[in-house]
Amino acid sequence: MTGTVPEQDAETIRRILAGEKHLFHELIRPCERSIYFLLFSLLKNEADAEDAAQETVIKVYTNLHLFRGDSQFRTWVLSIARNEGLGRLRKLSTRREDSLDAETDEQTGDYTPAILTSWREIPADELERKELGEILRAAIERLPENYRNVVVLRDIEEMDIRETAAALGISEGSVKVRLHRARAMLQKELAPQLKAFAPKRKGFLWGRA
Amino acid sequence: MRIDCKHVWEHISAYIDGEVDPVLRAEIDRHLETCEICSAVLDSTRNIVVLVADDRVFELPAGFSKRLHERIDEEINKPDPPLDSSSAEST
Repeated sequence: MTGTVPEQDAETIRRILAGEKHLFHELIRPCERSIYFLLFSLLKNEADAEDAAQETVIKVYTNLHLFRGDSQFRTWVLSIARNEGLGRLRKLSTRREDSLDAETDEQTGDYTPAILTSWREIPADELERKELGEILRAAIERLPENYRNVVVLRDIEEMDIRETAAALGISEGSVKVRLHRARAMLQKELAPQLKAFAPKRKGFLWGRA
Repeated sequence: MRIDCKHVWEHISAYIDGEVDPVLRAEIDRHLETCEICSAVLDSTRNIVVLVADDRVFELPAGFSKRLHERIDEEINKPDPPLDSSSAEST
């Protein structure tokens, strides 16, 4: 994926701070997606997420001299993005249904998965994929915020557990528990719907709501 | 030790991530060989993880990157703030 070597980042940062400012474009580019999707998962709105993403990137630029290099650059950037997103949420103080930083992960949480045996194939067809994308995005948006953030970083942006934990300011154990629950919720909700995509069959009929 | 379905479900996420220890992994594998339900649950969960990671499922808004970099240019091209002129910012 976005294979930025830490030493390379450190060197680029040094050069930017020494005056080669234009290099900032290249430094931030591999982080763009993660910034946006993390913010989108918090703010649930494209325009707000984009605005917050721009604000985040400008903060990263103006605070670049504060980056200590004891974490990966992207982790640092994402913690700035997260603060930006949380700050905006607090300001709006809407959507308090999920407590933002609660660590309520300790109990195992029973769940019963959707039991089905006919959905094994991943659809490859372009149209199916598009519709499937909509179903997936909607399901992820419905996850509780704490779970959604973890799914975004871990499964959408494919960050490892350590980096995800650092970016969200939670323990690795919490990442694992939340991820497990989130995936279980997604499986339970999505598997029955996605079953419609299973056989190579055109004209599936799930979109009636 | 024979593990049951519920036990398998508890570890599915870690199993997909390769985060279960070898002993438990072997137990789960043995269970999966004979349990159609659990192997379907595993497959569907794994499929979801694979789909979610597909860049085509989650795309940036059109023009996002262009606008972002224009904003960066604006910032970069600002004149440098005076570094140690009289520190009047604490008022």
